[in-house]
Amino acid sequence: MSEKYNEIPMAGNIIEPGNSEKYKTGGWRAEKPIHNDDTCLWIKNGTCGRCWIYCPDNAVILTEKDGKYAYAYNYDYCKGCGICANECPTDSIHMETE
Amino acid sequence: MSVPKNKIKIEGLTGDAAIAYALKQADLDVLAAYPITPQTIIVEDYQKFAANGEVDAAVIPVESEHSAMSACVGASAVGARVATASASAGLALMWEILYCAASMRMPIVFTVANRALSAPINIHNDHSDGMGMRDSGFIQLYCQSSQEAYDTTLMAFKIAEHHDVLLPVMVGIDGFIVSHNVERVEMLPDDAVKKFVGVRVPVQPLDPDNPITMGPLALTDYYFEFKEQQDEAMQNVPRIYKEVEAEFEKLTGRKYGMFETYKTEDADIIIIAMSSMGGTAKVVADVLREKGEKVGVIRLKMFRPFPTKEIAKAVGKAKAVAVFEKAMSFGAATNPLALEVKTALYEAESRPMIVNFVVGLGGRDVTPMTFVEGFEKTKDYLKKGQAPLYETLGVRK
Repeated sequence: MSEKYNEIPMAGNIIEPGNSEKYKTGGWRAEKPIHNDDTCLWIKNGTCGRCWIYCPDNAVILTEKDGKYAYAYNYDYCKGCGICANECPTDSIHMETE
Repeated sequence: MSVPKNKIKIEGLTGDAAIAYALKQADLDVLAAYPITPQTIIVEDYQKFAANGEVDAAVIPVESEHSAMSACVGASAVGARVATASASAGLALMWEILYCAASMRMPIVFTVANRALSAPINIHNDHSDGMGMRDSGFIQLYCQSSQEAYDTTLMAFKIAEHHDVLLPVMVGIDGFIVSHNVERVEMLPDDAVKKFVGVRVPVQPLDPDNPITMGPLALTDYYFEFKEQQDEAMQNVPRIYKEVEAEFEKLTGRKYGMFETYKTEDADIIIIAMSSMGGTAKVVADVLREKGEKVGVIRLKMFRPFPTKEIAKAVGKAKAVAVFEKAMSFGAATNPLALEVKTALYEAESRPMIVNFVVGLGGRDVTPMTFVEGFEKTKDYLKKGQAPLYETLGVRK
């Protein structure tokens, strides 16, 4: 962010596709989602995934290895919108003030 | 290198038709426009050329002027040579996208038949539309005749598309006065124009093979830097304008400069006016000179960027400058043209008195007598040593 006006592309053009990844929008967050593995259907049997479908920032990370399911958030991009908590059918996600 | 006389086509054309012919020869890729008086003939004529297969351009009839300028921005973004036309309320509806076109650095040529803004609704000429957009980042060139409109439209592409500029250009003619009056126009042969305007070389076009994003968000951290770039591009305009005009002069023998001076060298009072008023003012100056008055005229063509230093120099040692303009900036210290002239002369060694006359709003005829009246008033003010900040002339009061 220290570049001078003549060191940046013309007119705000983004000439490097996909570089929005460099902008960590997690800093916008006021509340963060906290996940409870005990009641989560993904952890239980690899179903549901509503949080993953609805997350507008692809910040829900669902993984499976050798039949074992894991759940995580990418807090670099999670803006704390709370959609995942709202959509969860088993109330396995709650929001906590940071 | 000038074009031989027998290759030049001479016809009687309205200002609009002259512009349409220039657009036809300028090898456009896209023209997107919405009809509005008194610009209508430009697009009508161009549509005829397109329907007759005389041009290759895609003509996009859109649902509003907002869409017209948007389509132009989109087309220009992929590297096309683009033009549109509008006036008055249509121009006002483009407002948001005028700023986008300029700040996204789209070299669009925007021909305008300058017309009053509503309300009351009025189709006739004044400069309210052009002056309203003066801070949008467009280059603004106001023409006095059909010939100049033709010439300037051709030059506009070369100026706009120059890599040190990359800014849209407004080419203005006075609605009805120039747009609908037939004048003698000399037209270059197609191949000469094609060679002159060349093919646009885009700097950073939208291209699926090399994807980029245009017009994204820039907040407190970068926005200001992009405005600095835009300002620098605008500062480059006079240099490029001179280059382009010099090349055009070689071809045609015609040039206009950023402004035209007429009998200003020994003038005590200099009239400054734009567009068709310039012609009237020059005739008035001739008559007043016969009566022994030392009067001259500056007819300003380039309003943006404003030729500040050059105007200050051209005014020289005049005792007074009478600015006649067809726009009002309600509540301002004075009106757009006079504001610029006053600013230009603030640093001058001998600061002349500046008198500002608002004339011709809504197409009220600005006759030679209007100039004479303003001239007499200016003489009076000089005698008194004081002038009002501005006043209206030609209004019943």
